[in-house]
Amino acid sequence: MTAEMNAAKRKRQQALVAYSFIAPNFIGFAIFTLGPIILAMIMAFMEWDGNNPWKFVGFGNFQNIFTDDRFLAALKNTAVYAVFTVPLTLIMALALAILLNQKIKGRNFFRTITFFPYVASLVAVAAVWNMLFTPAKGGIVNQILINVFHMKAMKWAAAPATVMLTIIMFSIWKNMGYYMVIYLAGLQGINQELYEAASLDGANGWKKFLYVTWPQLKPTTFFVVIMLTINCFKVYDIVYMLAGGSNGVVNKSAIVLVYYIYEEAFRNWKLGTASAASMVLFVIVLVITLIQFRGEKNYAND
Amino acid sequence: MNSSISRNQKIGRFFLYLLLIILAAIMLVPFIWMVTASLKPNKDIFVIPYQWVGFTPRWQNYVDIWIKIPLAIFTKNTVKLTLIVTFLELLTSSFAAYAFAKLHFKGRDALFLAYVATIAIPWQSYMVPQFLFMRKIGLADTHLAIIILQAFTAFGVFMMRQFYEGIPDSLCEAARIDGMNEYQIYAKIMLPLSKPALSTLTIFTFVNTWNDFLGPLIYLTSEKKKTLQIGLKMFISQYSAEYGLIMAASVLSLIPVLIVFLSLQKYFVAGIASTGVKG
Repeated sequence: MTAEMNAAKRKRQQALVAYSFIAPNFIGFAIFTLGPIILAMIMAFMEWDGNNPWKFVGFGNFQNIFTDDRFLAALKNTAVYAVFTVPLTLIMALALAILLNQKIKGRNFFRTITFFPYVASLVAVAAVWNMLFTPAKGGIVNQILINVFHMKAMKWAAAPATVMLTIIMFSIWKNMGYYMVIYLAGLQGINQELYEAASLDGANGWKKFLYVTWPQLKPTTFFVVIMLTINCFKVYDIVYMLAGGSNGVVNKSAIVLVYYIYEEAFRNWKLGTASAASMVLFVIVLVITLIQFRGEKNYAND
Repeated sequence: MNSSISRNQKIGRFFLYLLLIILAAIMLVPFIWMVTASLKPNKDIFVIPYQWVGFTPRWQNYVDIWIKIPLAIFTKNTVKLTLIVTFLELLTSSFAAYAFAKLHFKGRDALFLAYVATIAIPWQSYMVPQFLFMRKIGLADTHLAIIILQAFTAFGVFMMRQFYEGIPDSLCEAARIDGMNEYQIYAKIMLPLSKPALSTLTIFTFVNTWNDFLGPLIYLTSEKKKTLQIGLKMFISQYSAEYGLIMAASVLSLIPVLIVFLSLQKYFVAGIASTGVKG
């Protein structure tokens, strides 16, 4: 009897110790992350300007955003951004990883410079890009277009037709180093014997890629696609830096989902509409994540 | 036969290095342009052809920038926030992760699942109610809000827990038999062993906090509280024609990140590899 009570007491004590480890992080996490998440779901069905009392409007906010030109433009631009950025970044990252996985002089140097833009502060590198890709003829990139390729100068971020192109190029340049590192790790996990066997069968470089590297990298590729897609839907600051005017306003040719949320909430104080748009973002990312979970299970079963 | 193979190889090598040079150019030109432009007077920056070398550097840009905007205050704010956030994140994450990985208690798995689930929820989708809540409790336009925003991430707990899972339980058992309590085991055994994971988390947190834009943009309104990033953006909007000064400020804002990155880079690559893919 006493032994049992002691055991129960010890267990309780152990649990208390465990909770004391978790508490500092969990309290902050519950109040400032979990709470707002639940609040966001409620607010999507309310009308609120931040001061007056809340008003329940059902699906009214969703009706509003899906008839709002700016929201539809944001949805379209975000999708366009993802559709181009995901495959292009992936191809660049994979090519770079294969290139920088070989025994070459200065390998670490090349890896470092490819990765650095990813950690470099966005405001600083975006400022440089805006100057290199200035719509004026004197910009370096326009000079190259004119002198090397005998093309006309382009307006880049200043013209509706090319603003998304500029944003996509910048995004690829800035982020491909990160995904390259993930691919490098994937490449290093491939069993070298597979390559030796392929060599014995007389496979050349391209065939080795097709029959060994690419299938072996499938889980990595899957992970990269999901991460890239989620990050594309969360894009905000790149657009703000490259396409925002001096007052930071992004017009319809480049507006994205998160910018729409920001604008509705903090410029227009339409908190219900902003929350409804937030829920759309949330559902999109949720669906992508669920696809990832299912995909990962498939690989585990293979 | 042999000579043709070696000639093919030579051609292959040639193209390989050509590719590498093009790569290096694409990656480095913006940075080289940034540094050179930061040393030029405005009127020389868009001169055709661009002068990469052999111009007289105008160091005055690096003096003027401190006078034109309160760069020292912005830097101080960013350094302060980054250090506090990084410290808190490392401490609370590794602390909680220890319980999730090495202690048994009721509700452990459910609680951990709640953490992992929120990693997948984009911050942008709940930033609005989070701000309203912070404003309600009087934290709008305070540095404390930014600290709270960044210092308790589910990602940090998840990452540290993955690492601790790899440390054998027998090590903790042995220490318990030796009479150490859980806090001692955490401090004397787990922490020293988790240097690689801590370094990776340090870089992630440091870089994220240093470069964060949307958070400070929403929360910090008074000028003397602004961080380097929004201060820099504000300056760019106000003096959009001061190209030389903008570039000087940009170069300055990159230096700390460059130092942290270069000194911890080895861990960074290993860290992404181990947390990223295996998840």
